[in-house]
Amino acid sequence: MIRPHDSVIVHTLARVFTPIIQLFALYVLIHGHDSPGGGFQAGTLFAASVILPILAFGIQDSQVVLERRAIIFGAIGILLYAGIGLLPLILGGEFLNYGKLPIPGMEASARRHWGILGIEIGVTMAVAATAVSIFYSLSERGEGE
Amino acid sequence: MADILLYRPHFVAFIILFLLGMYIMVVSLNLVKKLIGMYIMQTSIILFFITLAVKKGSTIPILLPSVTALTPEAYANPLPHVLMLTAIVVGVSTLGVSLAMVIALYREYNTLEEDQILEKMK
Amino acid sequence: MTLFDDYLLLILAVVMALGAVYVRDLFSGVLTLAAYSFFLAVLWAGLGAVDVAFTEAVVGAGLSTVFFLVALFHTSHQEKVRKPVPVRITALASLGILGFLLLFGSVDLPVVGDPESLPNKHVSANYIRNSLEDTDTPNMVTAVLADYRGFDTLGETAVIFTAGVACWMLLRRRDDSAS
Repeated sequence: MIRPHDSVIVHTLARVFTPIIQLFALYVLIHGHDSPGGGFQAGTLFAASVILPILAFGIQDSQVVLERRAIIFGAIGILLYAGIGLLPLILGGEFLNYGKLPIPGMEASARRHWGILGIEIGVTMAVAATAVSIFYSLSERGEGE
Repeated sequence: MADILLYRPHFVAFIILFLLGMYIMVVSLNLVKKLIGMYIMQTSIILFFITLAVKKGSTIPILLPSVTALTPEAYANPLPHVLMLTAIVVGVSTLGVSLAMVIALYREYNTLEEDQILEKMK
Repeated sequence: MTLFDDYLLLILAVVMALGAVYVRDLFSGVLTLAAYSFFLAVLWAGLGAVDVAFTEAVVGAGLSTVFFLVALFHTSHQEKVRKPVPVRITALASLGILGFLLLFGSVDLPVVGDPESLPNKHVSANYIRNSLEDTDTPNMVTAVLADYRGFDTLGETAVIFTAGVACWMLLRRRDDSAS
């Protein structure tokens, strides 16, 4: 079991850094179009911003809330990805052809731009949820521990 | 054969790392050491593919806003980069599941050494 | 990046990998593995693969080290000392033959950095030429990953999700199945 750390420096730094890491993760996700980045890096950074307070403040408080519900966000992420892929198939195009998404007033290349952003959000949710869920599974107590 | 060492050291490093990883996976009797060997094997293959995508005198595969002519010789090959992104993330997923199996074995037999586990299983 | 930088980083990476398998305390081995991963990430950034270097630094060196350390925290971290160091002669011999064959075959591989080599023509040249007008995305790696090869990325996301579910199923406590 991961017990709370007893140094006040670690507590303060964890409190300061967690929103900074989340903001950086959002930046990496949205700027994946223009600079190196994208869904996988952003998802892992989100997971790091969840794991850092656990290591500083102990696992007991967050275990009740997150342990069984973290993987649900992963399911939502992959459903978002497959949903954005299925929508053009329903409307007459091919699977995962974002040029046929029903967004009004844009040409095909701009629709692909927004389709790519949508699926990157789905990938980010899936990766973040899975990383946090694997962390909780690996640090679970066995029987009689 | 000498020009391999002089002009293509990436392939020699790939061969050394790949065989080192495979040897550790076969020979080592500690389960976590085997997983370290598996990780070294995976990253060596990623090194090999990235080496195939290098072009002399080219830049990274991201277009600046002011560019007009798109010549393929000026940018590194993006296709192996994409395949290797997938490979890295799938490798970490495999590592997570393998570590879960190692912890389950430890809970059952209380040791991480393969010969002790095989003895206790009899 | 000059050839000298490539040499330096490759030698450092190989030395770190040898160190990671040689040490007996597994905590030190895992942290040396993280150092190996970071050296490889710097090498790939120098070779022009910035997205792959970013992902390796975050996911490979960061996340896999965290998983290793959490797993070692709940199990033992000392490897058992074995008096004659186990060496399998058949493994060494067959891997030596495989190494010689690979070295022999690598003579035919394209020279590093050749713009006319076969992997750099055909499909990927088309991707570089057409990606900006097809998808409005300056980052070609994101365009290929999410649009041209989007089906592979869907499968990869499914693999990650399955790994999360599998870890949960392997390690849940027995009283979970009743609830």
